[in-house]
Amino acid sequence: MVIEVHDLVKKFNGTTAVDRLSFTAQRGEILGLLGPNGAGKTTAIQMLLGIIEPTAGSIRVFGQDIATHRQAILQRLNFSSAYVSLPQNLRVMDNLRVFAGIYGVANWREKAMELLRLFEIDGLATRKTGQLSSGESTRLHLCKALLNDPELLLLDEPTASLDPDIADKVRKLLRRIQRERGITVLYTSHNMREIEEICDRVIFLHHGRKMAEGPPREVIARFNQQTLEQVFIRIVRDGELQSAEPKSNP
Amino acid sequence: MSFRRINALLLRYLLLYRQSWTRIMEIFFWPVMDLLVWGFLTAYLLKIGSNNVPALITFLIGSMIFWDLLYRAQQSVTISFLEDVWARNLLNIFVAPVTVSEFLTATFALGVIKVLVNGLVLALLAWLLYAFNIFQLGFTLIPFVLSLMLMGWAMGMVTVALIMRWGHAAEALAWGIPFLVQPLSAVFYPVSVLPVWLQPIAWALPSTYVFEGMRQVLATGIVPWHMFWWSLGLNAVYLIAAAVFFRYMFGVVREKGLLAKLGME
Repeated sequence: MVIEVHDLVKKFNGTTAVDRLSFTAQRGEILGLLGPNGAGKTTAIQMLLGIIEPTAGSIRVFGQDIATHRQAILQRLNFSSAYVSLPQNLRVMDNLRVFAGIYGVANWREKAMELLRLFEIDGLATRKTGQLSSGESTRLHLCKALLNDPELLLLDEPTASLDPDIADKVRKLLRRIQRERGITVLYTSHNMREIEEICDRVIFLHHGRKMAEGPPREVIARFNQQTLEQVFIRIVRDGELQSAEPKSNP
Repeated sequence: MSFRRINALLLRYLLLYRQSWTRIMEIFFWPVMDLLVWGFLTAYLLKIGSNNVPALITFLIGSMIFWDLLYRAQQSVTISFLEDVWARNLLNIFVAPVTVSEFLTATFALGVIKVLVNGLVLALLAWLLYAFNIFQLGFTLIPFVLSLMLMGWAMGMVTVALIMRWGHAAEALAWGIPFLVQPLSAVFYPVSVLPVWLQPIAWALPSTYVFEGMRQVLATGIVPWHMFWWSLGLNAVYLIAAAVFFRYMFGVVREKGLLAKLGME
């Protein structure tokens, strides 16, 4: 197992953001973490990254406890989010150079150029990051996220700022890279069609609790709906569905 | 601690200067303006005071230069942190395998570079414009400057801890905190000028010993080493206390999820 989360709880001033969440992710799997705003997705990811301290429960990544082996774990994973940026005043290559240094990437220049080519932004290598469009910026961030050949990639709404064409290209590219390299991906998005397309398995969260889990088609069938979006709406509008929902597959 | 990661973080801050003339100007603009004001004030006092104002008054220029070095050391820690906050890059740094001590060490190293560059430029200008030679302090200059840097780092750690805890609302502390200690540090006047009840507080600050020591060297040519050792000892206490405070606040920030919030706002 790459990720093993057991009975994870996070409370902020008495409010429960994540409530006894347990899940696993296997090597080479794309796992979607879904739910409305405030469902606890981002909090769960940030606990996996060790920047939020859990109130209770345990997180093991690559078989190691994040509480005691955070640095070793972070060396083997990477993260990209629509809500963080790379320094706008630095050139594209300089940003990649800095993170290559942090992750200890050998032959950083070749590696960076290879990734820029892969995401079709190699022509922007000497451009200042602040001059990139949001689509180019997102792709640069994904280059940064792949610099250290991560075994686990945490992607928080990575296509949120992209137009449909670029978003489609990025999804296909991510899927291809993930298959070629056997990377495990934890993916959050509000775009349910995207999730259906890219994820092997999904977990629905609502008020911090796991409401459903399984391959997208199975979850859709279990809720007697046509699409994942309909499942999403049903779960959000009736948070108590959990009791009616059959036990999820292990 | 990994030298490679510290080097990469330092590179990140230095590259910012390579690509921004406004940042480079910012390093020199305020100190040079301060130097001009204090330099001309000193020249004026010497002119009108004739025999009543001792030549020692030139220490004002030395004080200004020393004060700026302390300020730069503190700013190197706080502004480096804020640069990552403003760029929304903080999470990228803290979800990488960077330890807090590596992050702080990189900002300290940046402080050394800034202090060296700033100090040399100001010393050169003071010599050219006012014939004030700060190097008359000789090699004693080095430990005294080092002591100011240590205090700047301690203040920087406390400031960053407060900004992490209270977010953007506390950003103004990055510039404000040094000026909280300035009146008590006897920068431009001796401690004896302060009210008696304030003097023990002034003597509890490492910077006070440096500025008093500098004035003694300029007046007598004799280095009051006991002043240096006092400042160094106090700095050790302040640095340890600042590190403990930083670690405690970092724990609070992780518990409350504030680092992620600050990094994404």
